[in-house]
Amino acid sequence: MDARTESDSTPTSSRTSVERKSEREIIVRRTFGGPARLVFEAWTKPELLKRWWVPKSMGMSFLACEADVRAGGKYRFEFLHPSAPTPVAFFGKYLEVVPHSRLVWTNEESNDGAVTTVTFEEKNGKTLLVVHEVYPSKEALDANGGMENGMPETFSQLDELLVDLRSRV
Amino acid sequence: MLKLNYMVQYMNASFDASFAAISDATRRGVLEQLGRADASISALAEKFRMTLTGMKKHVAVLEQAGLVATEKIGRVRTCRLGLRRLEEEAAWIERYREIWDARFDELDRVVEELKRQEKTDGRKNRK
Repeated sequence: MDARTESDSTPTSSRTSVERKSEREIIVRRTFGGPARLVFEAWTKPELLKRWWVPKSMGMSFLACEADVRAGGKYRFEFLHPSAPTPVAFFGKYLEVVPHSRLVWTNEESNDGAVTTVTFEEKNGKTLLVVHEVYPSKEALDANGGMENGMPETFSQLDELLVDLRSRV
Repeated sequence: MLKLNYMVQYMNASFDASFAAISDATRRGVLEQLGRADASISALAEKFRMTLTGMKKHVAVLEQAGLVATEKIGRVRTCRLGLRRLEEEAAWIERYREIWDARFDELDRVVEELKRQEKTDGRKNRK
């Protein structure tokens, strides 16, 4: 089919691709129709970041979006959702900030949060964005660290059960 | 900062059914049992020392969540592990992808706007 031209391109209906690279790593890719400096800007200016980080369909709203984007700088996001009793905060610090090409930050709201690396690769006016998250363990990635409302236990419970069941089949 | 599952929780209420289904010790036991071999509802009821009606309810919850599939052959309803659980990892990734996709659609808009802005600014005066 000529709809798929490049060997590893995703179908047009899903411009975002996700790959579980290993038990502890997950990679998200997408190409944006603008130069790296603009895409980078949208990731590093809090007033821009808060416009896209939480898609409208989620029904969540930002209470606070603070980001001191430089190596060692901290960020803190707070969200409110109609069905969540209290706001949820996500925070951490930036480990690396290379303008227009690379961001690395920690996720410290839980003990098993990932280290997230985002790279911006410009080509012919377009930017390939790659989000790479490395978790401390497989369990942490499966549980994704952040489901504070009692979900992590349920998730790991489910995982244990699955491993168990699979080993028997 | 990403914490997608937190958001997934709100986006996919149906997914909660899976968790509700395995929050019960008997139902986990039933899944384990079915992992070893298919079984009829009455055999499960006997195994877990409960009434047929009680076991039917548990199986219905598991079936609702896609964890168990049942099939009636003659007068016996046989239960086996549902396919969905085996596809869980693929589904997990797909949910992950959907969230990023939605998020990046919004980012697309922001980038487009920045591009337009830059053009306008560039025409007026270069910073």
